[in-house]
Amino acid sequence: MINDKNSQKIVDILQNWARKHSLFVLAYGTGCGAIEIPPTMTSRYDAERFGIRGAATPRQADVLLITGYLTTKTLKRVIRVYEQMQDPKYVIGFGSCTINGGMYYDSYNTIKVLDKYLPVDVYINGCMPRPESVISGIVKLQSLIAEGKANGAAKYKENLDWYRANQKKIIPNWVMPEYNW
Amino acid sequence: MELILNILGAIATIVLAFTVGMSYGGIVRKITARVHNRMGPPWYQNFIDAFKLAGKTTAINHGIMQHFGPAFIMVSSIVSLMIVPVLNGGGWFENLNFGGDLIFLLYIMVFGPLGMALGAGQTGNPNSAIGITRGLSQMVGFEIPWVMALVALMVQFDTTSIVDIMRIQNESGTWMMFSSPFAFIAAVMAMLGMFRYSPFDIVGAPTELASGPVSENGGKYLLTMMSSGSIFAFVKLTLYVDLFMGGADNLIILVLKTFALYMIPVLYGIVSPRYRTEQSIRFFWGWPTFFGLLAILYAVFV
Ligand code: SF4
Repeated sequence: MINDKNSQKIVDILQNWARKHSLFVLAYGTGCGAIEIPPTMTSRYDAERFGIRGAATPRQADVLLITGYLTTKTLKRVIRVYEQMQDPKYVIGFGSCTINGGMYYDSYNTIKVLDKYLPVDVYINGCMPRPESVISGIVKLQSLIAEGKANGAAKYKENLDWYRANQKKIIPNWVMPEYNW
Repeated sequence: MELILNILGAIATIVLAFTVGMSYGGIVRKITARVHNRMGPPWYQNFIDAFKLAGKTTAINHGIMQHFGPAFIMVSSIVSLMIVPVLNGGGWFENLNFGGDLIFLLYIMVFGPLGMALGAGQTGNPNSAIGITRGLSQMVGFEIPWVMALVALMVQFDTTSIVDIMRIQNESGTWMMFSSPFAFIAAVMAMLGMFRYSPFDIVGAPTELASGPVSENGGKYLLTMMSSGSIFAFVKLTLYVDLFMGGADNLIILVLKTFALYMIPVLYGIVSPRYRTEQSIRFFWGWPTFFGLLAILYAVFV
């Protein structure tokens, strides 16, 4: 799945075009930012015109949208959801909280930098980001996909040990199925 | 030579059904969006989705039945497609039409959902299990008026062959929807449940059941189900056109007639919220069944 610009074959270009225009989004409503998803999907901003569509379960989804702060408790569920998703998959970090902790920078039970635990492809900053910026973030993801640069999932697989170590530091009682892709 | 022609005919029919069904799906998404005052996706969005789904890895294993489930639905859709005549009087390939096809069709149309039930049951996902029970109970609901309508037709015209019914309509010049109106009303009401648009979308129920039976199926399995759903939509619409609207002489008329018919569940669905399971069943056992009964009485005594 690692395909940089130079090595993209015709098939990749076609497939990336389709991927780009058909993103099934799993909005994991972790933080307050989730409230901006309904206006993004409905009449006013209408994300469906970009081919974006809500997916009901991780199995069907392409994009995992982490909408805001992640508590240490939800992190475990999010990791599980992410690992259940099928390749190719992308993660969008939504709101300042996913970038550096935002207004929860000194909280004892939220994680600060999402990228340490899950491979983030695109960040959307703002507290909370308006639907325009959500859409611009998604358009950015689309252009990354078209260029074959949205390789978060591959990065995750390569550096699984590092990610696992970080995750286990936060989650002491690690009772999770081991996935081997 | 004839064998090759038959196979080609089958493939052509499948391609036709797939294309028409998927385009209808996209157009429905567009229409829904316009009703919501949105731009909506392009009408070919479903083809892009299909292409993307084909390129996804599918590393999910819950056991053998889970892999068979989507295949069952596909088989059921394709077999029923082979049985339903596409155009009037040999305008299209014959495929598998035969004398008692109406009765066979009644059976084969429920084969897919049953296979799906087995497949989804094995995934162990509670949402799937709830979706399946809802789907099967709803099927018990709408199958009754639907079968009554068909039985009324069979009794009235003394035949169990779709081709015969089409021929009778063409000879007499009146469509069945006028010569046996009650059967048509019952069948159209049953159709609302068959297409599972709101208010009868209790099976998939995205926010409530996380898409129900398909919730453990991604990638190629979702593609299989999506395309078999499109093919099946085409089958049902064509069957209705064949039975009640005098069939079609060429593909353009077929597309026009099926599209007009398709708009009934779609438009009714866009403006409706969702029923609960028992409300849905009560709906089908109310007026639709009454009209079905009326249709049978009409067929026997008039
Ligand atoms: S970035 Fe702001 S709006 Fe988003 S989750 Fe954090 S505090 Fe809430």
